[in-house]
Amino acid sequence: MPLQSLDIVRRSATTLPEPEVRGAHTGQVAKLIDTTKCIGCKACQVACMEWNDLRDDIGTCTGHYDNPHDLSEHSWTLMRFFEYENPKGDLEWLIRKDGCMHCEDPGCLKACPSPGAIVQYANGIVDFQEENCIGCGYCVTGCPFDVPRISKSDKKAYKCTLCSDRVAVGLEPACVKTCPTGAIVFGTKEDMKQHAEERIEDLKSRGFDQAGLYDPAGVSGTHVMYVLHHADQPGLYSGLPENPKISPTVRLWKGAAKPLALFAMAATAAVGFLHYIGIGPNETDEGDEEAARRESEKAP
Amino acid sequence: MNPPNPDRIIRYTAGTRINHWIVAISFVLLALSGLALFHPALFWLTNLFGGGPWTRILHPFIGCVMVAAFYLLAAHFWRDNLMQPRDWIWLRKIDDVVGNREENLPDVGRYNAGQKLLFFTLVVCLIGLLLSGIVIWRVYFSAFFPIGAIRAAALLHAFFAFVLIASIIVHIYAGIWVKGSIRAMTRGWVSPGWAWKHHRAWFREVGKGMHPK
Repeated sequence: MPLQSLDIVRRSATTLPEPEVRGAHTGQVAKLIDTTKCIGCKACQVACMEWNDLRDDIGTCTGHYDNPHDLSEHSWTLMRFFEYENPKGDLEWLIRKDGCMHCEDPGCLKACPSPGAIVQYANGIVDFQEENCIGCGYCVTGCPFDVPRISKSDKKAYKCTLCSDRVAVGLEPACVKTCPTGAIVFGTKEDMKQHAEERIEDLKSRGFDQAGLYDPAGVSGTHVMYVLHHADQPGLYSGLPENPKISPTVRLWKGAAKPLALFAMAATAAVGFLHYIGIGPNETDEGDEEAARRESEKAP
Repeated sequence: MNPPNPDRIIRYTAGTRINHWIVAISFVLLALSGLALFHPALFWLTNLFGGGPWTRILHPFIGCVMVAAFYLLAAHFWRDNLMQPRDWIWLRKIDDVVGNREENLPDVGRYNAGQKLLFFTLVVCLIGLLLSGIVIWRVYFSAFFPIGAIRAAALLHAFFAFVLIASIIVHIYAGIWVKGSIRAMTRGWVSPGWAWKHHRAWFREVGKGMHPK
């Protein structure tokens, strides 16, 4: 990997383009997670804790191997285990390393109301800048993968950074570095897709007809991709969404609604102003007071 | 207490006025903080509240104050805001309303049809804002709702807030337009001529019971 600039190409809650001149001309990055090679050792979780100095609370056993049982502000990646009985009656242990997918079209960034609290670098990584985070949780609302977590203590949003600090100096993410089976690899997105092709070909030759790459088009692709044995049924992998996309509700809320509502409010005020200038105020004059007096005197 | 003044008709008691202004001030704070988080161009408004996180923290609490104060006010006002047959005639003659030709309009009670429609718009908007606001109040409540409900609530909250703000712009303009109205809510009284001109049916009711002459 060449050194990667961390130039920001997209920033949350801004209306003008960011500086775009320096791009990732040697290729955007991607992490490829090969679920077919994963043995569920959780070394990636440990490496993530180590590099990012994260320590989650000791949880409770919920009856399966997931530990902790969900992502949290202290656990940015998590192995999710699912026991699948295939049509032949055999058990398949499907293990998926969950975490931020680093969408090319990030729902979190679209939903965020705070300028620069969520950014996307030229290399594709989506990063939270906690010092700008206001803790509203809109990123949770926008995310199609249920990834961001709000800290219970500081109320800021946290998630996998794809080790943007390591990537910036030409290192691979900590989870990649540590994976003992080579199930997690990192490089340019093009290289990772090519590597995935070879893996899929191999899997198909071993009877996994539906093996394939998970790089969902609904979010314009992701910078974390999976090789799945059952790419036709991503839901098998502990609820990996089949066709993730930014929800139409979020699109409307963060899209057309914003300028239209502001325009309509300004127009309402403008109509009032024009009415005052054009037709003028409705005043009570001495004649009205006189009429009121006459009527009061008539009254019993 | 001043002795009754024949040139003044009491329209709002001090308690009602204070109640109204609690609603009004909380509305202004809510609109400013809400718009700050609604459109990036208005994010600078968070500075009025001590920054983004403070805006996020304060907004829902101010919302609770507004909802409580508004429904107290509404409990007081609702009976006078029920639509009557003459109100529909008033609405059909909206051209005369806008054109300041009140002589062509039917007699108006304590509130005109525009005020009544505004009243019920506010009643509906505030229920909508309260319910959707609870769902998107991340710190305390969002964890109890599915993601689809949170997304819908975020959009609905923006929608109801938009209708509310647009309605209040109309409400504020009506106060500026119809001279003598603002005094009713600041000092509490209107002149007999004002009541006779704008709310003649109310003027006659008041005359039967309370008016000194």
